[in-house]
Amino acid sequence: MAAALVALCLAGCAESAPSTLDTAGTGARRVEGLWWFMFWISVVAVLEVFLLLGWALWKRRREARVRAGDATPFVGVLGAGLPFIVLVAVYGVGLRDLNALIRPPAGPQLSIEVIGHRWWWEVRYADTAGAITANEIHIPVNQTIRIRLTTADVQHSFWVPQLMPKTDLIAGHVNETWLHAERIGTFRALCAEYCGLQHANMSLVVTVQPAEEFRIWLRDLAAPPARDLTDQQRRGQAVFEAGACGACHTVRGTTATGTIGPDLTTIGSRWSLGAGAAPNDKGHLGGWIVNPQSLKPGNQMPPQPVPAGDLPDLLSYLEILR
Amino acid sequence: MTTTSAQADTRAVAVARLEEEWQEQRSLRSWFATVDHKRIGRRYLITAGAFFGLAGIDALLLRTQLARAGGDVLSPDQYNQLFTMHGTAMIFLFATPMLFGFGNALVPLMLGARDMAFPRLNAFGYWVFLFAGLVMFSSQLLGVAPDGGWFAYVPLTDLPYSPGRNLDVYTLGLIFLGVSTTAGAINFIVTAIKLRAPGMSLNRVPLFVWAIVATSFMVIFALPALNAANALLFLDRRFGTHFYQPEAGGNTLLWQHLFWIFGHPDVYIIVLPALGIVSAILPAFCRRGVAAYPLVVLATITTAIISFGVWAHHMFATGLPSLSLSFFSAASVLITIPSGIQVFAWVATMLFGRVVVRVPLLFVVGFIVTFVMGGVTGVMFGITAFDMQITDSYFVVAHFHYVLFGGAVFPIIGGIYYWLPVLTGKVASEVLGRWAFGLVFGGFHLTFFPMHLSGLLGMPRRVYTYPSGLGWDVWNLLSTIGSYILAAGLLLVVLSVVLAVARGPRAAPDPWDGDTLEWAAATPPRPYNFASIPQVFGLHPAWDSRTLSRLASDEVLPGHQAMLTSELDARPQRLVSMPEKSLRPLLAALALLVVVLGLLGAVYWLAIAGVVATIVVVVGWLWPPQLTEAGAEAP
Repeated sequence: MAAALVALCLAGCAESAPSTLDTAGTGARRVEGLWWFMFWISVVAVLEVFLLLGWALWKRRREARVRAGDATPFVGVLGAGLPFIVLVAVYGVGLRDLNALIRPPAGPQLSIEVIGHRWWWEVRYADTAGAITANEIHIPVNQTIRIRLTTADVQHSFWVPQLMPKTDLIAGHVNETWLHAERIGTFRALCAEYCGLQHANMSLVVTVQPAEEFRIWLRDLAAPPARDLTDQQRRGQAVFEAGACGACHTVRGTTATGTIGPDLTTIGSRWSLGAGAAPNDKGHLGGWIVNPQSLKPGNQMPPQPVPAGDLPDLLSYLEILR
Repeated sequence: MTTTSAQADTRAVAVARLEEEWQEQRSLRSWFATVDHKRIGRRYLITAGAFFGLAGIDALLLRTQLARAGGDVLSPDQYNQLFTMHGTAMIFLFATPMLFGFGNALVPLMLGARDMAFPRLNAFGYWVFLFAGLVMFSSQLLGVAPDGGWFAYVPLTDLPYSPGRNLDVYTLGLIFLGVSTTAGAINFIVTAIKLRAPGMSLNRVPLFVWAIVATSFMVIFALPALNAANALLFLDRRFGTHFYQPEAGGNTLLWQHLFWIFGHPDVYIIVLPALGIVSAILPAFCRRGVAAYPLVVLATITTAIISFGVWAHHMFATGLPSLSLSFFSAASVLITIPSGIQVFAWVATMLFGRVVVRVPLLFVVGFIVTFVMGGVTGVMFGITAFDMQITDSYFVVAHFHYVLFGGAVFPIIGGIYYWLPVLTGKVASEVLGRWAFGLVFGGFHLTFFPMHLSGLLGMPRRVYTYPSGLGWDVWNLLSTIGSYILAAGLLLVVLSVVLAVARGPRAAPDPWDGDTLEWAAATPPRPYNFASIPQVFGLHPAWDSRTLSRLASDEVLPGHQAMLTSELDARPQRLVSMPEKSLRPLLAALALLVVVLGLLGAVYWLAIAGVVATIVVVVGWLWPPQLTEAGAEAP
């Protein structure tokens, strides 16, 4: 009953949760099955002990006579023999699933490089020149994607609960994992290894698209279509290029080519600011530029002394970078 | 038993002389110089209890911050310092010293000995522990507490990413504390091997002592890895070495290996003595010995050994080769079997005995319930595929609190209620104790059960905030409410103990009718523990009339002497003099503190002065004693 309650809560209370029990990827689905298998075994094991304990507390009180007998067989069978058999079975199933996690269902059709930074994710589509973004990954549905994981600074861990278990990003190493999404949707992903001050705000979103939609998205990411800028947006671009922005950020096709912060070529279409620190709208974006330290204390971007008159121009420019 | 009045007089005279020789005057000097294992044990318990309180307050602040999404009670920096200190203090400054406190207070009594094998080393260990704890907690007051997590992964904790003093407090504090833990472990091992009462062959050693000895061996093998890891990190940070800096040829995984080679055995270093407490409490409340004694001993030793082969299950997601993962996975699954044996041994003890429900037993039952629930999730984490998905989520936080709070804190509280007569000569109120148990048990499960769910829902650990709308809010709120209830329960435990000590009734001698030798001594024991050296004939000497009559005989062992016995069979070998009180342990600990502070503040002349002072004190300490008139060697 408790189990049913748990299942109900997990299904009902958490529609938008990055739940490991509401999976959409081949890897995570494996582990979901493994969880329920182990869950039911655990329920039986725990109930067994509780029942024996309850029996002892209920029946072995005042009137009970102490039995001198040797309890070794009881302990040996229930404490070692039976658990051993069950554990071997669990271990076997676990090995099968580990193998499934190591070997992707098909050869990878696409490679994505994911680089961890304090505290954001750089995403590069390895086979498509110029396809660089941040804190978002788009992948086509029902295809196997190879993910190459490296870090620019400290240890991080790449976790898409609904798609694939974690793989750590280790300084000085290259790790690999894969994604294989079985349905369309957006799935929250996050850093799962403590990485300092803003570990809490290091999320990204994996968007699973139909193959054709993805192809167009990737094409536009690599070579953003020419934009007709209004006067205001043109002034904004000038502010961006003339100010400090370009020292750290790139907007492809302009003179801003910094590489310290995220590539902002498509900032206008991103799901959030600061890897989940704030929603991506004009108000928050303005606040972020003036003082990023209030929305995400400790992040690497210093406050920007943009003249108040220039800020609306800059915002209108950034907004159309899609 | 009948004794002639002449015999009774002989004993009374001998005991009176013994009292005179062992009684410590109530002076300040004697307070600092004492080597009495019972006083030192009490100090360990009180100090570790205080650190538990501080680290608990840290936890309440964390839970308050997380009560709702987007909480702003704490800044990210404060949160990170608090969760780091919570973990570090609970593991290093509470759990192990607390259990060493029980060991100090009880092991010599259970063995029928008069003190630990090295009483002055024992005092030294306490002072070092106290100073290390004060150094680490004072960093919190100054706002430079460690903030890299209790596991302090590099490169985050290396100089480029953690330039403050915070991590130096961590590395130096833990190395300093390790001195105390190592000294304590050696002392337990030698005490248990050489100072057992005649007749206490290995198959008659109380399970609690077995657990302490197994733990001590683990400490000796595990701590060097931690010390090495911390020493290398200190060198990296302070003197520009590159052990952990990949860009200069170092390796960041080296830290993880070294840390977990210590870190996983450490889980059992905490849990095993607590399991020993359970095995010590049960006989008194089941009116029979723990079932399957040989299996429980074997399980204890097996756990200690296997625990050194499971460390990489903390690194399943780091990209190690899958073949080695599967070996570590097998060991991690296997290690639950010895725990299973112990659980069923306790259940069998209750099923075969007559259960007497008192507060200590309630905590044992609460322990079994909680520990089993933490055990099954532990098996899950042994399975690599599951671990890779769920590790570093709140599910892990739930799991290890079930194992460590359930596995260690419940037995510790049960042990406090059980041994309060031995420690203080008082008995705690049964009514308050039951209320405390209810609040602690209920509060614990309300705090930590929901974390299973938030973890399965994808909530990562070590986050100072989280967004709403991801299904995590309600579980976090429940956890926070639970943590307040838990805190109320723990306060009630403290209150009931303080009330008992301050104005409770004197305990009757051996109030629970316990089975081991601490109950055959006076309640509370005299400074010399036993006037006559006990003779042991079985596993339950305090239930054995032969042992009891021997204890009341007029064969009083005079002076500051202890009986050495053989390692396996505990045959009497010879008498040795025990050292008397001394200020040197305190001075040596102070000198080491100067070294640590000098290194911490980068005042190297001070550190060198501290080293010189340490050497001077230790040389004085170890200077060969003058022979006494009788020719017996003094300490």
